[in-house]
Amino acid sequence: MLLIHCPYCDETLPEAEFAYAGEAHISRPADPMALSDEEWRDFLFIRTNARGPHYERWRHIHGCGRFFNALRDTVSDRFLTTYKAGEERPAEAKLEAAE
Amino acid sequence: MSRYRIPGMGRVDPAKPVSFTFDGKPYTGLRGDTVASALLSHGVHLMGRSFKYHRPRGPVTAGSEEPNALIGTSRGPGRFEPNTRATVQELREGLQAESQNKFPSLKFDIGAVNDRAYMLFSAGFYYKTFMWPRSFWDKVYEPFIRAAAGLGKSPTEVDPDTYAHRNLHTDVLVVGGGAAGIQAALVAAKSGARVVLVDENPEMGGSLLSDPAVRIDGRGSWAWLAEQLSQLRAAGVTLMTRTTAIGYYHQNFVGLVERVTDHLDQPPSGAPRERMWHVRAGQVILAQGALEKPLVFDGNDRPGVMLAGAAQTYLNRYGVKVGDNAAVVTSHDSAWYAAFDLVDAGARVSAIADTRDHVRTDLVDAARKRGIEVLTSHTATATYGRLRVKAVRVNPVRHGQVGAGRKIACDVLLISGGWTPSLHLFSHTKGSLSWDAESRTFLPNHKTEACQIAGAGRGLWGYGPALEDGARAGLAAVEALGRTSEPLAARVEGDRPGTGAIQTELPTDRSAGKAKAFVDYQNDVTAKDIRLAVREGMRSIEHVKRYTTNGMATDQGKMSNINGLMIAADALGKEPPQVGLTTFRPPYTPTSFGAFAGYHKGATFELTRKTPIDPWAEANGAVFEPVSLWRRAWYFPKGTEDMHAAVARECRATRASAGMFDASTLGKIEVAGPDATEFMNRMYTNPWTKLAPGRCRYGLLLGEDGFIRDDGVIGRLSQDLFHVTTTTGGAARVLNMMEDYLQTEWPDLNVWLTSTTEQWATVAVNGPNARKVIAPLVEGLDLSDETFPHMSVAECTVAGLPARLFRISFTGELGFEINVPSRHGLALWKAIHQAGQPYDICPYGTETMHVLRAEKGYIIVGQDTDGTVTPQDAGLDWAVGKAKKDFVGKRSLQRPDIVAPNRKQLVGLLTEDGTKLEEGAQIVLDPNQTLPMTMAGHVTSSYDSTALGRPIAMAVITGGHGRMGETVHIPMPNGTVKATITSTNFYDPEGERLKA
Ligand SMILES: [Zn+2]
Repeated sequence: MLLIHCPYCDETLPEAEFAYAGEAHISRPADPMALSDEEWRDFLFIRTNARGPHYERWRHIHGCGRFFNALRDTVSDRFLTTYKAGEERPAEAKLEAAE
Repeated sequence: MSRYRIPGMGRVDPAKPVSFTFDGKPYTGLRGDTVASALLSHGVHLMGRSFKYHRPRGPVTAGSEEPNALIGTSRGPGRFEPNTRATVQELREGLQAESQNKFPSLKFDIGAVNDRAYMLFSAGFYYKTFMWPRSFWDKVYEPFIRAAAGLGKSPTEVDPDTYAHRNLHTDVLVVGGGAAGIQAALVAAKSGARVVLVDENPEMGGSLLSDPAVRIDGRGSWAWLAEQLSQLRAAGVTLMTRTTAIGYYHQNFVGLVERVTDHLDQPPSGAPRERMWHVRAGQVILAQGALEKPLVFDGNDRPGVMLAGAAQTYLNRYGVKVGDNAAVVTSHDSAWYAAFDLVDAGARVSAIADTRDHVRTDLVDAARKRGIEVLTSHTATATYGRLRVKAVRVNPVRHGQVGAGRKIACDVLLISGGWTPSLHLFSHTKGSLSWDAESRTFLPNHKTEACQIAGAGRGLWGYGPALEDGARAGLAAVEALGRTSEPLAARVEGDRPGTGAIQTELPTDRSAGKAKAFVDYQNDVTAKDIRLAVREGMRSIEHVKRYTTNGMATDQGKMSNINGLMIAADALGKEPPQVGLTTFRPPYTPTSFGAFAGYHKGATFELTRKTPIDPWAEANGAVFEPVSLWRRAWYFPKGTEDMHAAVARECRATRASAGMFDASTLGKIEVAGPDATEFMNRMYTNPWTKLAPGRCRYGLLLGEDGFIRDDGVIGRLSQDLFHVTTTTGGAARVLNMMEDYLQTEWPDLNVWLTSTTEQWATVAVNGPNARKVIAPLVEGLDLSDETFPHMSVAECTVAGLPARLFRISFTGELGFEINVPSRHGLALWKAIHQAGQPYDICPYGTETMHVLRAEKGYIIVGQDTDGTVTPQDAGLDWAVGKAKKDFVGKRSLQRPDIVAPNRKQLVGLLTEDGTKLEEGAQIVLDPNQTLPMTMAGHVTSSYDSTALGRPIAMAVITGGHGRMGETVHIPMPNGTVKATITSTNFYDPEGERLKA
């Protein structure tokens, strides 16, 4: 059972309160109809599948209900940081150095 | 007093005899005994048969790592447990224990013929022997393997016991209550930190319990132990015995299983059998000691062959002499001390054969003083005896040459191949181990969690170093938590330091290929098997493990992993770390399913959601079905009606006059705010801008991939308020999807989403007389077709209750859905039921709802769609707002594979001979094609239709919309069924009845 920090509640809470919501920083195109089939395919299906630090979304579904972003290492399953939706992605190098 | 019990020794209580049975024979042990120690006190070593060869086996350890002495225990119906370790199970009055894997009896076992067929069962035998022919698997090989192999029998009755789950938060968790753990806990507690100390044994003390002669701080070790424990209690430390730390997870989360009642003669009523603790600790101190390894040589598994440390434990802790005449084969100093203790207690030890050339002179002197013959530079090459060891064959080794063998008579053979630091929990956290070339062991290296490792786990040996290291670890832990404490020193006299040599299988003068030199006792893996695996190309220890099953038994290789690795490394000519170490995984010891399940069983396995109308349904004889977590009325049988008859009657009554249905489980979401219309336009396929307040529309929700996710009728109550309904099972998913888009893609929209599923009770009234039924109850609304046509919604009063009234239909009949606040749901239902009596109103359940909707071709998302169905596929193109610039999934509707021809499309099916099709049945276009046939689709819905007087079905069929009137074929076990493709709208295709 991981402990996850919700940046909205500013509380570190058990994993059971949260739901994973896929890779982060993939914005829905403003005009999907303007995209080629290949561009749209990439938006729909192509993901980083990172081995190591991974920017991803979580939802505090059994808490405040907010979606937020996290940087989690997929090898160690360790959360390097969490941050609010819409915020700049933090540099992973800096976070790893701070480990 | 039993024959092998030594009065005055051990921690058992001679004044408290305990009776039990083993394979039906009565025995008496003492309070404090395990089943193993009690049986050994009667000279019984034979306790089981091995897994593959059915070889006779006795206990080789005195602890939870025991691979051989597995028994079934029982205490009445449902309370049978297989594969219990006799070395762990405490004696309780009336305990019934039985040996396993034997037929007809433990002493004469027919399966032991496997032992003669040794060559057949070598490494990889499953892969090689049972490959061909394939048809033999089900009939011959598998039954044979299952009958021949296997441990205990699974219990067949429901477990009547309860199992508890608890949370525990602490500053410091110490795992292991031996010398190091006790010192660590004491130092940590003196800092003021909350400390929990756990140990899997019935009492704290670890190896101190087996070493009473050692003196610490001027006292005997047992007196010192008692004093430390009282100090720990005084310092507020929580002491938990019979508690195994089974797994160590992220962020210092440790799972403990506490065995609460298995040791009690009479468990108190209501007490849980086991309790699982979910511990979150600031710091974890692992003081789990080390596990002794056997030596690997021919016949090292005969009953009476036992680890030297185990013999020492049986003697000192239980007062049981494991034999009268012992011999010792060892590569480690510790076995010498065990031999000394046995002699001092009155047993005879004829010889100690040590593999090493040089042994400490003080040990040699102490042995000779006790009349023990000392044989250095020796190997063991055989044992003798059938159900109990009678002799061991030892040979001198000079310059790598094994000399002539010599038989030494013995009734017990003590062996020791040294000790392995117990780092299982540390490995659970992916803490890395590094190979220490000097001690030839793996020691903890890089940590991933906030933990300390103390004592033998770090390769330290002897009480002095363990006590000192425990105190150091306790201090390090509290300092990491920002606290301070005092160092703690202890003075040890008569310590038993020791070193040893690590061996592969011992050298022999006989054919190594014929030796049954066991590495993994439980899985019957021999040294020869491991060398064979290497010869056959296995290079990594992970492959060797899977090929030979070494370390894959219930003891997870606690004793076999390192010996297996040493042999594999030797065979490969590499250093052990280059061959690798297998991964330790939780649980540390076998754990009952009950402990994991906890309270989540029976009625509390998952919650049951009930609607406000549920009590009426129950009182009126409804048969229920689960729908996601809801319990819904399925049908309402009358008298002796079966389901078929009841559903037919409900369908008829509804289409003839009026039916009523509890639709409260429908998901409901309120979409409110100035931008509600824009939000709805973006989420759903349909256009919403022009939908006037007071009107409804069927809404279709796609995923961004263009496939149908959900549907439901949506009513517009005002400019800025939509009442959205979803499928029963989809409610939470749809709200999550809406929240996702609203929060992360369109934060500019001023919209609020609120789940109102539980807030509204919903009653659907359908049938030609539906209006007449409800009209007398409705106030403030004209229900006529002119002012309140199909697809209208209004707020009004129904039966004196505030209501949202929809004129919609999921049956094809004139229909209304009345929503009232949940607390009024039952009152509304009763009022409608009363008002409907003149029209013989018929309460119906979900099955009738399904039939009626299928007759109209209305889809059920998740039944007629499966996540690969587009609006076009489902014939719902009309629900897609083509003029809208964008909505979720719109772009995907133009993807090449979505516009491709011959996608599976939803159609109706009518069988030629009136057979009712099976849902899920596969459909083919040509029944005469060769196997395997090309599937053209499958049946999604199938019902007996009362209205049509025949069965109807819906199906997805490739290119189905273009195949109207064509015949397809459904091959079934009893012959192929022919069916004609039709529209899905089977009943009243013009929709006249809606307008009634
Ligand atoms: Zn939150």
